[in-house]
Amino acid sequence: MTVCSFFVEKERRVKANARDYNDKFSYADNRIKTSKYNIFTFLPINLFEQFQRVANAYFLVLLILQVIPEISSLSWFTTIVPLVLVLVITAVKDATDDYFRHKSDQQVNNRQSQVLIRGSDSYWIYTQADILLLCSSEPYGLCYIETAELDGETNLKVRQALTVTSDLGSISKLMDFDGEVICEPPNNKLDKFTGTLYWRDNKYPLDNEKMLLRGCVLRNTEWCFGIVIFAGLQTKLMQNCGRTKFKRTSIDKLMNTLVLWIFAFLICMGVILAIGNTIWENWIGRNFEVFLPWDEFQSSAVFSGFLTFWSYIIILNTVVPISLYVSVEVLRLGHSFFINWDRKMYYSQMDTAAEARTTTLNEELGQVEFIFSDKTGTLTQNIMVFSKCSINGQTYGDVYDEFDQKVEITEKTACVDFSFNPLCDRRFKFYDCSLVEAIKLEDPAVQEFFRLLALCHTVMPEEKSEGHLVYQAQSPDEGALVTAARNFGFVFRARTPETVTLCEMGRAVTYQLLAILDFNNVRKRMSVIVRNPQGQIKLYSKGADTIIFERLDPSSDDLMCTTSEHLSEFAGEGLRTLALAYKDLDEDYFEVWMKKLLFASTVIENREDQLADLYEEIEQGMKLLGATAIEDKLQEGVPETIACLSLADIKIWVLTGDKLETAMNIGYSCNMLRDDMNEVFVISGHTLLEVQQQLRSAKEHILGLSRVSSAGDVEKMCAEDSVFEETIIAEYALVINGHSLAHALEPQLEPILLDLACLCKTVICCRVTPMQKAQVVELVKRHKKAVTLAIGDGANDVSMIKTAHIGVGISGQEGMQAVLASDYSFAQFRYLQRLLLVHGRWSYFRMCNFLGYFFYKNFAFTLVHFWYGFFCGFSAQTVYDQWFITLFNIVYTSLPVLAMGLFDQDVNDQNSLRYPSLYKPGQQNLLFNKRQFFLCTLQGMATSFLLFFIPYGAFSLMVKEDGSHFSDQQAFAVTIATSLVIVVSVQIGLDTHYWTAVNHFFIWGSLTVYFAILFAMQSDGIFGIFPSNFPYIGTARNCLSEKSVWLVILLTTVVCVVPGLVVSFLRVDLFPTLTDKVRHLQQSRRKQGPQEQNLRRVRRTSSRRSAYAFSHQQGYGELITSGKNMRMSTVSSARSPGRTPHSSNWIENMLKRKNEVSCVSFENVKLECMALI
Amino acid sequence: MMASSYNAKEEDGHPSGASGHGGPGVVKSKKPDNTAFKQQRLPAWQPILTAGTVLPAFFVIGLIFIPIGIGLFVTSNNIKEFEIDYTGVDMDSPCYTCAKNSSWNNTTPCTCSVDFTLEQPFESNVFMYYGLSNFYQNHRRYVKSRDDSQLNGGRSALMEPSKECEPYRKTDGVPIAPCGAIANSLFNDTLELFHIDSNGSRNAVPLVKKGIAWWTDKHVKFRNPGGNNNLTLAFQGDFSKPVNWRKPVYELDPSDPENNGFINEDFIVWMRTAALPTFRKLYRIIQKKSSTTPTLPSGKYTLDITYNYPVLSFDGRKRMILSTISWMGGKNPFLGIAYITVGSICFFLGVVLLIIHYKYDTRNNSADIPN
Repeated sequence: MTVCSFFVEKERRVKANARDYNDKFSYADNRIKTSKYNIFTFLPINLFEQFQRVANAYFLVLLILQVIPEISSLSWFTTIVPLVLVLVITAVKDATDDYFRHKSDQQVNNRQSQVLIRGSDSYWIYTQADILLLCSSEPYGLCYIETAELDGETNLKVRQALTVTSDLGSISKLMDFDGEVICEPPNNKLDKFTGTLYWRDNKYPLDNEKMLLRGCVLRNTEWCFGIVIFAGLQTKLMQNCGRTKFKRTSIDKLMNTLVLWIFAFLICMGVILAIGNTIWENWIGRNFEVFLPWDEFQSSAVFSGFLTFWSYIIILNTVVPISLYVSVEVLRLGHSFFINWDRKMYYSQMDTAAEARTTTLNEELGQVEFIFSDKTGTLTQNIMVFSKCSINGQTYGDVYDEFDQKVEITEKTACVDFSFNPLCDRRFKFYDCSLVEAIKLEDPAVQEFFRLLALCHTVMPEEKSEGHLVYQAQSPDEGALVTAARNFGFVFRARTPETVTLCEMGRAVTYQLLAILDFNNVRKRMSVIVRNPQGQIKLYSKGADTIIFERLDPSSDDLMCTTSEHLSEFAGEGLRTLALAYKDLDEDYFEVWMKKLLFASTVIENREDQLADLYEEIEQGMKLLGATAIEDKLQEGVPETIACLSLADIKIWVLTGDKLETAMNIGYSCNMLRDDMNEVFVISGHTLLEVQQQLRSAKEHILGLSRVSSAGDVEKMCAEDSVFEETIIAEYALVINGHSLAHALEPQLEPILLDLACLCKTVICCRVTPMQKAQVVELVKRHKKAVTLAIGDGANDVSMIKTAHIGVGISGQEGMQAVLASDYSFAQFRYLQRLLLVHGRWSYFRMCNFLGYFFYKNFAFTLVHFWYGFFCGFSAQTVYDQWFITLFNIVYTSLPVLAMGLFDQDVNDQNSLRYPSLYKPGQQNLLFNKRQFFLCTLQGMATSFLLFFIPYGAFSLMVKEDGSHFSDQQAFAVTIATSLVIVVSVQIGLDTHYWTAVNHFFIWGSLTVYFAILFAMQSDGIFGIFPSNFPYIGTARNCLSEKSVWLVILLTTVVCVVPGLVVSFLRVDLFPTLTDKVRHLQQSRRKQGPQEQNLRRVRRTSSRRSAYAFSHQQGYGELITSGKNMRMSTVSSARSPGRTPHSSNWIENMLKRKNEVSCVSFENVKLECMALI
Repeated sequence: MMASSYNAKEEDGHPSGASGHGGPGVVKSKKPDNTAFKQQRLPAWQPILTAGTVLPAFFVIGLIFIPIGIGLFVTSNNIKEFEIDYTGVDMDSPCYTCAKNSSWNNTTPCTCSVDFTLEQPFESNVFMYYGLSNFYQNHRRYVKSRDDSQLNGGRSALMEPSKECEPYRKTDGVPIAPCGAIANSLFNDTLELFHIDSNGSRNAVPLVKKGIAWWTDKHVKFRNPGGNNNLTLAFQGDFSKPVNWRKPVYELDPSDPENNGFINEDFIVWMRTAALPTFRKLYRIIQKKSSTTPTLPSGKYTLDITYNYPVLSFDGRKRMILSTISWMGGKNPFLGIAYITVGSICFFLGVVLLIIHYKYDTRNNSADIPN
C-alpha cells in the first residue's frame, strides 16, 4: 500500500481486503530504495554525475583546449591521465557505496518481510507503517505502546480500537472485513489524525488514539490487527524526519572558496603572461621571424597574446590540482576506516563497533563546538535500578570495607546472594548484605517497607511458568521497586481487580485491594488501601518526599529528620528518591470514606476535584517508613565524558522529550548541573510575553552580576559576543521546557534565547518535539559559526541528527532510525569523547596538514612556469618534461602526502584525551584557514622562485665536465624537476610528525620511483619504440652524472627548505602551542617509560531529590480496579459490579489527562503489521 | 586515564559478550582486529624541532657549504676563459660590413677577421664555443618545431614529417629533411683560429670538430636513414633541403661519413635547444698536443669568420669563447659565490637562533600545561 504520487492528494481512501481497489491509487509501498545505480546504468549515470562536478567539468574543458594545436602547450595526456585516474577512483568508490546501499536496502526490505502477525514470543514489536488499530489480543481492543524511541518517555501508553472492530480477532472475520477508510492525506502532524471508517453502512470517526504510528513499540500486547494507512516515506514519522541534506564540511566550503581564489589567481597570471607575450611579440618576436616565422593565423601580437593566455591556463592549471578532491576523499575514507576499526569504540556487550556511515565529514569532528544530546537511551541506559534505601533511619546500599571506608561499587564487587529466595530475579543486583540480614531477622520496619513496595504500585504480573515472573510496569521506576521487593522476599505474584497476592518470605499472603489512590502530577504520590489477612485495613503511600512529609503523623518527626538527611545524600548521588509511609485505618472510618468515594466517582461534575479532596482527606497522619533511591542508570562513563568534553570547550545541550524534572535530575547526575552553580534558570512560561519576561530577567541577572566583576563597558562587550562570553566567570544553567521553547523560537525571541543560552554553561531543553530539537540545532547553526553535533538513539532524534552538521546515532538499541539517519554510530555515549578528541582531532589535523602541503607543493611545482615565461618570450614553453608534469601529482608526490594525511599524529591518543584543550585549535579553525592558505601558497611561490632562479644562475654559464655545452633546455628541465622532487620530499619529511614504516616507504619509494621512471623514460629502449614521445633520451644520464648538477640540487634544496625551518623552529621555540608542549612531554615520557595516571572520579554534589515522584505519570489505577486490563479468564469471575460505572469512561479520562501532560503526544508504532491488507 | 579505564574491562569481557549472541555455531564477532595498523599504533619515529636538533643542523650546513663554496670559487677562478663578440654592431668592428649585408639568401659568403690577444697561455684542452644572445631557442613554437622520428632516421617520418614542423615541413609538396624551424636556423658561421707567432706568420690552430656532441645524441637519438652508407642516395630526390640552408643535409661534412647527415655534430649540437635566450654551444675542441707547450700560448691571434648568420635583425649578438675546463666543468662563479653565501647565512642563523633560544626560551617543563 503506498506512496501516492498524485500531485495533490486531497484525501486517502483505503479499503480493507481489496487489493485491486487500493492499487488504483498507487500508494507508496514500504520498500526503501536508496541505491542509485544498477549494473547497466552505472557507467552512463556515474559519468554524467561526475562531469557535473565543477572540478571535473573544468578539467574536461582543459582537455578540449589542449586538443587545439594553436593553444596546446601540453600534450593531451598530461590532463587525461590524471583525469581518467580520478574518474576511475571516484567511480570505484561510488560503485562500492552503491553496492553497500543495495545490501542495506535488501536488509531493510527483508526485515519488513518478516513482519510479525503474532508477536506472542517477543513482547515488543516495531511497527513499520502507520496503522489503524482494528483489534488486539487485549480486551476492549486495547493496545499498549511504548514511545521511548520517539519522545524519550519510558512509560506505557494505551491505544484502543473502535468498539465495532475490536472483536474481529480471527483471520476469517478479518478476511470478511471490508471497511473503507477515508482520511487525510499524509502529513507530518504526529498528534493528529482525522478520518472516517465506513463499514456496514455506518460511519465511525477515527482519531489519533486509534492509530499506531510507525516507530513505536508494542508492549504487553500479544498481537493486534490493523489497516495500513500510510507506509514507507508517507508515514508520519518519516514525514517528520526532516529532509536529508547533503552535508559538507567547513573545510570543504573553505576549499571551494580557495579554489575560486586560485582560479582568479590563475587568470591573473594568465593575463600578465598574455600581456607579456603581446609586448614580446611586438618588440622581439616580430624581428625574430627570420628564425621563427609567425603562423598564418597569428595575425597580430594581440591575438598571439590571447592564445598565449589559454596556453598558460593549460600549463598553470596544476595550481588547481585535479587530484586534490580525490585525495581528500581518499583521506576521509581512510579516516572513516580508522573509526570503524577502533577497538576502543567497540562495545562488546552488543558486539557493535563504531561505524562511520558517511565518509565525508571526518575532519569536521575536530571542530565541534556544540553537542546536542538526547537523554533517554543516549545519556541514560533507560534502566532503573533500585540502588539504596533508608528504612527507619538506617541506610542500606553502600558497601564499607573493614576500615569503614566507602567502597566504590564496580562490576567486581560481590553481590548479595538471593539464593534463599526461589522467586528472585537473577538480574537484580544489590551489594549491601546488611539489608538481607535485616530481612532475615524479620525486622518489622524492613518487612513493612518491602510490603509497601510489593503492594503499592500498578504493575501487572505475569507468571509464564511456575516461579518465572514477568512484571509489566508502567514505568521502569515502578518495575525497579517491585523487583527489589521481590528479591528481598516480598514477591508480588498475582493480582485481580480486588486482590493482590504476595509471597512474603515464602508464604503466600493475599491482600484485599480496597482502593487505589492513583498517581497524578498534582498529587505526586500514590496510595493503596488494602485489607490484610488479619483483617486490618492499611493505607500504603509512596511519593515525593516533600509531599509525604507534609502528611506525616507528628510521631514521625525524628525519623523524618534522619530520613531527610538520607534523602539529601541520595539525591546528591543523582538518585531518584521516593518517600514511603503507611497508615493504619479504622474500619468504620474507612467504610464512611469508601461510601463517599463511590458516590464521588459517579458524579458528573467536578468528579476529579471531589476525588482529589477525598484522597487528600485519607492520606493524612501517616507514619514514615523510609525512602528509596533509584538510579536512572547513566550509560557508562557519561559524567566523565561530559566533563572531558566541556574541558575541550564543547558546549553540551540536552534536548529531551522527557519531563522537566527527569531531565534536570539527569542533568545533576551527569554533572551538567551542579549545586555550586550560581543560578539555574528555569524557563517555563506559557505565553510569549511570559517567556520573554523570563528570558530577559535571566539575561539581566547574568549581565548584572558580570557588570560587577568586569570593569568595562558592558554595552560594548555585548556587541562583541565572544569577548563578552569569556568575561562571565560565574556558571549558569538554563532549563527550558517545550512550551516556552515554542515561543522562544519565534523570530523576535530567538536572539535573546541564543544569547542567554550561550552565556550558560549548561542548557537543557525538555518536553521538546522532534521538530523543536531540529529547530534548536538550526538556531545555533544559523547564528553561530560553529560546528554542531547531534547525538541520539531514537526516531525522535532523527530530525535533529539530520539538521546538525554531524549526526551521531547510538546503535545497538532497539530502533534503527537514528542510526540510519546518522553520520556516525556507536553503542555508547562515552565513545563520543574518543570520536571527537581523538579521531576528530586527528582527522582535522591531518586534513589541515595535508591541504597546506598540497597547496604548497602545487604552487612550488607550477609557478616555475610563470618565472620561466619571462625568459622564453612568454611562449608558454614548459620547464619540465611533459611526462613529469603528468606524473608529478599522481605518482611522484601523491603517496607521501597521502601517508601523512592518513597516519600523522602530533599527539598520541592517550594525550589527546588527557589534555582536552588540545581540541580547541580545531574549533577556532586555527590549523587551516585563509591565513594559513596564504602562508603556504607564499611558501610555494618562494620555493618556485628559488627553484627556478638558482638553476638559472648556475645554468647560464654551465658547461659539462667534458666541455660540451650544457645549458640546454632538457638538462635544465631535469635539474629543476629533480630539485623539485627532492625539495618537496624534504619538506614533507619536515611536516611529518609521525614517521611510520609506511611513511618511510612512501617517501623513499617515491624518490626511487622518480629516478627509476626518469631513467626509464629517457632510456634508449623506449626512445627506440616511440621516438617522438620521449625526446628526452639520455638527458638524465648526461645531466645527473655531473657533479655540478648535484651541487645545484643540493643548494636549491637547502635554500628552499631552510627559511621554513627557521620560521617553524622559532615558532616552536618561542611561542610553543599546547600541542608542542604535549609533544615534548610525550617524548620525554617515552624516554622515561610509561607512567600511570590516576584520575579521580567526578564527585557529584546535589540537593535534588524525588525526581522520580516528579517525573512519574498518571497511573493505571483505574485500569486495574476496573479489571479491564486483566485477561478475560481472570477477570470475569472477579468483577465487582460496584465499579463498573466508574470504569466506563476511564480510557477517555486517562487519555485526556495524558494529553494534558504531554503537550504533543505522538505515538508511533512499528508494527510490522498485519496481514490484513 | 578516562578512556583507557574502560578498555581493559571491555577486552576482558569480550569473549562472553560475543558468545552471548551466538546461537549454534560461532557468530563472527564484529570486534575490530587488534593490529597496530588498525589501531593506529604503528611504531613510529616522532621527530620534534628542538634546539638540540635544529641548531647543529645549521652549523653543519654552514661548515659543509663554506668549504665547498670556496673550492668552487677558486676552481672557477682558475679556469681561463676568453670571449670575443664578433657581431659587428659598431662601425669600427671588422665584421660591420658583413653584419649589415648578411642574410640567408646570400650566395657569396662574406668573411671578416677579428684580431685578439691572449694575455695568458691556455694550458690544457681548450674548448671553443660560439655564443648567441637574445636568441629564443626556448620559444615554444621553436622548441616543438622538429621531428625526432625523422632525425632518428625513421622512414615514414622522413617522407611525412610531423605537423609540428610547419611551416618548414614541405616545400612544393616535397618533404624537408631535416624539417622544422630549429634545423632551418642552423648556425652556419665558420670560425677559424690562427695564431700569429712572433714573426707575424699565421699558423692555423687545429680545431677538432668531433666529440662535441653528447654521446647519446650522436649514437642513439640521431641516425641517418638507411645507415651511414651512401647518404647521397638515401636523401636524394625525395627530399629538399631546409629553406635557409646552402647545402643539403648529406653534404654537411662530405669528408667524414661518420659526421655527415643527421649525425653531423654541429647539427646535433644546434638541435639541442638552449634553455635560456643567451647561450653558448661547443663549436670545436683544441686538443693539447704535448705536455711541455701550452695548447694556446699567450700572444696574438686572428679569428677568421665566414659570416653567414644574421642576428642583427632581432638585436642578437654572436660571440666566440675560448675556455679551459676543470673537474666541475667550465667557469661558473655563481655556484661558488652562492655556496659561500648560503653557508655563511646558515652559520650566522645558527648563531642567532642559539642566542634567541637561550635568551628568550619560554618553554619550561610541562608544569604549565593546563589540563
